[in-house]
Amino acid sequence: MTRISRGFRGKRAKEREEARLPPGQYLVDDFPVLSAGPTPHTALEEWTFSIDGDIGTLRSWSWEEFRALPSEEIRADIHCVTKWSKLDTTWEGISIDTLLDGIEHDATHVMAFSDGDYTANVPLEDLLDGKAWVAFSYDGQPLEAEHGGPARLLVPHLYFWKSAKWVRGLRLLDHDEPGFWESYGYHIYGDPWREQRYWGD
Amino acid sequence: MARAAVLGRLIWTLGEVVELIDETARVRSILLDVPDWPGHRAGQHVDVRLTAEDGYQAQRSFSIASPPEDRRLVLTVERLADGEVSPYLVGELRAGDMLELRGPIGGYFVWESSRQEPLLLVAGGSGIVPLMSMLRHRAASTTASGARLVYSSRSWEDIIYREELEQLSAAAGGPQVIHTLTRTQPPAWTGYARRVDGAILAETAWPPSADPVAFVCGPTPFVESVASALVLLGYPVPRVKTERFGPTGG
Repeated sequence: MTRISRGFRGKRAKEREEARLPPGQYLVDDFPVLSAGPTPHTALEEWTFSIDGDIGTLRSWSWEEFRALPSEEIRADIHCVTKWSKLDTTWEGISIDTLLDGIEHDATHVMAFSDGDYTANVPLEDLLDGKAWVAFSYDGQPLEAEHGGPARLLVPHLYFWKSAKWVRGLRLLDHDEPGFWESYGYHIYGDPWREQRYWGD
Repeated sequence: MARAAVLGRLIWTLGEVVELIDETARVRSILLDVPDWPGHRAGQHVDVRLTAEDGYQAQRSFSIASPPEDRRLVLTVERLADGEVSPYLVGELRAGDMLELRGPIGGYFVWESSRQEPLLLVAGGSGIVPLMSMLRHRAASTTASGARLVYSSRSWEDIIYREELEQLSAAAGGPQVIHTLTRTQPPAWTGYARRVDGAILAETAWPPSADPVAFVCGPTPFVESVASALVLLGYPVPRVKTERFGPTGG
């Protein structure tokens, strides 16, 4: 099906970087923004983060309590479904392992929920064993609101829409169901290395 | 049968470039004949994929400018100085070339003419493109609700679709079009001459009491500031739909 585009040469990444680019992605140096609506601004005094089960909240932290949890520094490549990738981004956040530690459940999936009614679904195993965080700092600075601050989910091995901005909690589920973008045609799982951008990819 | 089997799945297909229209010095519309086009809704976009002779490929997303009613698919593309795909589409592509694309993509930033609420469109630069699909869709249907477009361009010459917007707004029931020119203005210009701000929106946007729905599209700082200003004016957050064009979008 592929057709040569007459006269197209393109701008290639350096070979060393190209190996780190999933198919169909290109490198950027800045940090583009993608969101469906206005940027929410929740005051830190009102901010909470909760782990919810099917019968209600299992655990909840205020901003102060949340920030008192042991945090980790993260260096990761991120890949947006709109095709940009950014290498070696640095974050600080709380591991999901830490947030779920000691909570009894039989969940298989998680729905991350955010201010502005944004949600994103992720299989639980994709959040465990040091693969995902709730990040509150980017590049050594508090996370800006337009990039999801005060805190966003960070799941760098999936397309970046899964790293829900303005995240306020995780709902534990015993099944998978589509979140916000997943209901509007985007892939239910979103592995950039298998180029799972849209339904059916 | 093959079509039915892939319903809901986006497959790469080929469109033939049938015409190119220079909208401004940096913006071009590409009229495509896409035999397999499944149809789209106003506000959606497509992915375009270019392939070099050695197999290297690059993909980007572009908004659809044509309404669902049109036989031809139209993409309107702005040439970005550092872009990889947009300079090719605006500068190199010719009539008769085949362009590989898939879509339509996106189901949130869409408007149907069956919607009854007053429509507010706020565009910055080439952010007009998906909103133009909505205005063309509106013009092709019978709708009783009003529409307003607040459109920010750098200069008179940079206004994309200028003449068509004049025609649309002059037609009975047509949208009210409010321009602001942020860098240079023609002599005797009496319109707005600054970035869209809360004061401009307070004067031009439907009041929240009219229960309007707003679509905002443009560069990220534009969208951030317009969307925040609309919320401050009293627009409920779910009534403000946004689409941002990153500086590296193409």
